[in-house]
Amino acid sequence: MINATVTAGSPRSRPGYWAWGVIALALTLALPVLVVLGFLFAPAGEVWEHLAATVLQDYVVNSLWLMLGVAVGTLIGGVGTAWLTSMCRFPGRGLFEWALLLPMAMPAYIIAYTYTGLLDFAGPVQTLLRAWSGWGYGDYWFPEIRSLPGAVVMLSLVLYPYVYLLARAAFLGQSLCVLDVSRTLGNGPWRTFFTVALPLARPGIVAGLSLALMETLADYGTVQYFGIATFTTGIFRTWFGLGNTVAAAQLAALLLGFIFLLILLERLSRRQARYHQTSQRHQAIRRYPLRGWRGLVAFVFCLIPLALGFLLPAGQLAAWALEVASTSLDAAFWRLVGHSLGLAAAAALLALLLALILGYGQRLRPTPGVTLAVRVAGLGYAVPGTVIAVGVIIPFGWLDNQIDAWMRATFGLSTGLLLSGTLAALLFTYLVRFLAVSLQTVESGLGKIRPSMDESALSLGLRPGTVLWRVHLPILRGSLFTALLLVFVDVLKELPATLILRPFNFNTLAVRVYELAADERLADAAPAALAIVFAGLAPVILLSRSITRSRHAQPH
Amino acid sequence: MISGVSIAYDGVPIVSGVDFTLARGAIGCLLGPSGCGKTTLLRAVAGFEPLASGEIHLHGRQVAGPGLNLPPEERRAGMVFQDFALFPHLSVARNVAFGLRFLGRRERRVRVAELLELVGMAGAGDKYPHQLSGGQQQRIALARAMAPRPDILLLDEPFSSMDAELREQLAREVRELLKREGVTAILVTHDQLEAFAMADRIAVMSGGRIHQVGSGFDLYHEPADRFVADFIGQGIMLPGRVVDDRRIDTELGPLTGTSPHGLAHGTPGEVLLRPDDILHDDASPLRAEVVNRAFRGAEYLYSLRLASGQVILCLVQSHHNHAIGEHIGIRVAVDHLVAFPRETGSHTQE
Repeated sequence: MINATVTAGSPRSRPGYWAWGVIALALTLALPVLVVLGFLFAPAGEVWEHLAATVLQDYVVNSLWLMLGVAVGTLIGGVGTAWLTSMCRFPGRGLFEWALLLPMAMPAYIIAYTYTGLLDFAGPVQTLLRAWSGWGYGDYWFPEIRSLPGAVVMLSLVLYPYVYLLARAAFLGQSLCVLDVSRTLGNGPWRTFFTVALPLARPGIVAGLSLALMETLADYGTVQYFGIATFTTGIFRTWFGLGNTVAAAQLAALLLGFIFLLILLERLSRRQARYHQTSQRHQAIRRYPLRGWRGLVAFVFCLIPLALGFLLPAGQLAAWALEVASTSLDAAFWRLVGHSLGLAAAAALLALLLALILGYGQRLRPTPGVTLAVRVAGLGYAVPGTVIAVGVIIPFGWLDNQIDAWMRATFGLSTGLLLSGTLAALLFTYLVRFLAVSLQTVESGLGKIRPSMDESALSLGLRPGTVLWRVHLPILRGSLFTALLLVFVDVLKELPATLILRPFNFNTLAVRVYELAADERLADAAPAALAIVFAGLAPVILLSRSITRSRHAQPH
Repeated sequence: MISGVSIAYDGVPIVSGVDFTLARGAIGCLLGPSGCGKTTLLRAVAGFEPLASGEIHLHGRQVAGPGLNLPPEERRAGMVFQDFALFPHLSVARNVAFGLRFLGRRERRVRVAELLELVGMAGAGDKYPHQLSGGQQQRIALARAMAPRPDILLLDEPFSSMDAELREQLAREVRELLKREGVTAILVTHDQLEAFAMADRIAVMSGGRIHQVGSGFDLYHEPADRFVADFIGQGIMLPGRVVDDRRIDTELGPLTGTSPHGLAHGTPGEVLLRPDDILHDDASPLRAEVVNRAFRGAEYLYSLRLASGQVILCLVQSHHNHAIGEHIGIRVAVDHLVAFPRETGSHTQE
């Protein structure tokens, strides 16, 4: 006999401390962004007027041109290669399918330095050209890589994989029957591509594009090196050159505006994408064979981004690294490696811990407040490192001054800057910037553990703690590892925030590459750059493995 | 018309030497278990699979054969897919209009309205596919395929995503619609009731070849081989010995048919017994033990064990309620004997 009263709501009513913890954590992590946004309402000073009158227009125009160029570049490269590798059959297709992701391992600033070394007057390309043609200095025109178009090419070469990945997923997710229907209704292959496949994949493509554009706006290393005035370089100059915190923060806020538009675009596209999935049933893809010259064209089309975005620059870096290996692989280099690895590992572990707290908070108490807090905590992913750095320095500096003033007033001793310029501040910045990466991974891992699994484990007599240990942990293990790895590599590559916030005389690989490149010692920068690229390969390999898996998982 | 068609993937034959002819305006059906090659054959007609050999003609026009393989867009073959494959980015009206790009604006609008009316979806033109139910999506898919007046309409398991109770009814509705429009169509399905409800001519396929072509009645009552006998309807094979060209002696006594069964005298044979060939008769001296029973509402399907251990099936009105283990009287009522030579190790037959 069943005799019970059931009330709706959470069966395990816990005290709300976890929820409050989550909300407090989220607010702390959102602080830098909120601080920067707060400066939108600060009174605009003279410097701001000066900026607005002189360089602001340059920043906006250059950033827009950069975005436009990168959009065109990544769309052609990303969509084209995605279509060819997912829908057509040609020599090398299986290899390209994952190899096209390799340029993701190449940070934009590193590829920019490498091409500068490759293409400048004394570089191998021009030297070879002169040797062949017999021309001398000034006899010929050669494109200047350190220019806006050059930056567009550099950024496109390493950012097209975002578009490639999401476009590919969209093409593979389409019901193939939809394409077949179009054929039976009298449309040829090309018309079918443009009237059906492309519009259907549009949300995925737009989402990939907005990610690529966010990275474009966040880039500092490339545009700085190429001498292009954009928001990120502007923030640096205003802060360090003009020493104006408020104006720098206001520039940062303006940049955030652009970013938020892109986030909005991405979110909308993803929402729309749900409706564009008509089929739950996926057939094995019967790829359209490209024979003869068509196959060759497809091969070359896929080879170009791979070769220019990875093979060539990685080869050049390796050649330089070999050249200087005897002198540059000294104790100082290994100290750099130690710094970078230690910092990246610490950030990755902390991010994972916070992600677990937030993820479980959301799972256990999915109240609107907690859900919103978790979203807010993940905001930083799209925010350029430069902006976050500004948003960290300002409140930390303020806090330091407050403590110092209080200590002097009370005990008569000065504490100086306790937080600013410490590793703690740097780690906090990394957490703000990259928490979303591990949060997303942990959330998707937790999503795989359906509540019914918890319930069935509990009904089998396990205590909640044991459920965590025996059910959740084994299922989550892969996701936790991925989360660690992704943050680790992101921190390793990060440049502008590290540049601003590192403790005095504390260098990392990325910063060293930047410094050496600034001194035009490109070959000397190669070992450190190559180390970063190697580390960057790890998540690419993870991604390409999941690509191969998804291909095998298709039925039939 | 399909003649001598073979299809192979990477040298593995999927369809071999198939012939199938359909009169204009008739509805044909390729019926068979999954993996029998029926969908492959349909896709070959549409132009998605190249032929290894053979020819395909649509309305007297050759579309595929040696050295010829028209692409799908030039075949005038409309197709309705299993998952309907509506274009999610287009409204219902623009979905239906998709194949009408050679018509003028006005004519196009008229034709779309006409089709939406025909499938009973008038007024739904501005909706989007995700706002429609499965049945509505199917009607739109049908309207879209019919809009350009194709020479032939191909339907790939069009009812398989529907509720089982709805399928037959939908199949009849679609049949009426196609008949009214005089559309020639080929349906692919693994569901024989669907095939019976919709098709004039059914080709039973397995292992890439056609076993028999005929009406549902023919297939049920005069299966050409064991596979068809087994696949269509229910029934068992009762061993016996051929006495003369109309009679076979079995455990249930001598069975005599109204027409010759075609087996040689004195050879061992097997007679196909459908559940409706066995009648329950309390007065009959022939008894069998109930070993299983399935309640089906109006009737029971009893599994009965004979003295030899052979199990037969018997359909009985459901007010005859007999418990498992009970012995009941039965009698055989066959007028046409379907018999095949005895097969050794016949259980390997799929």
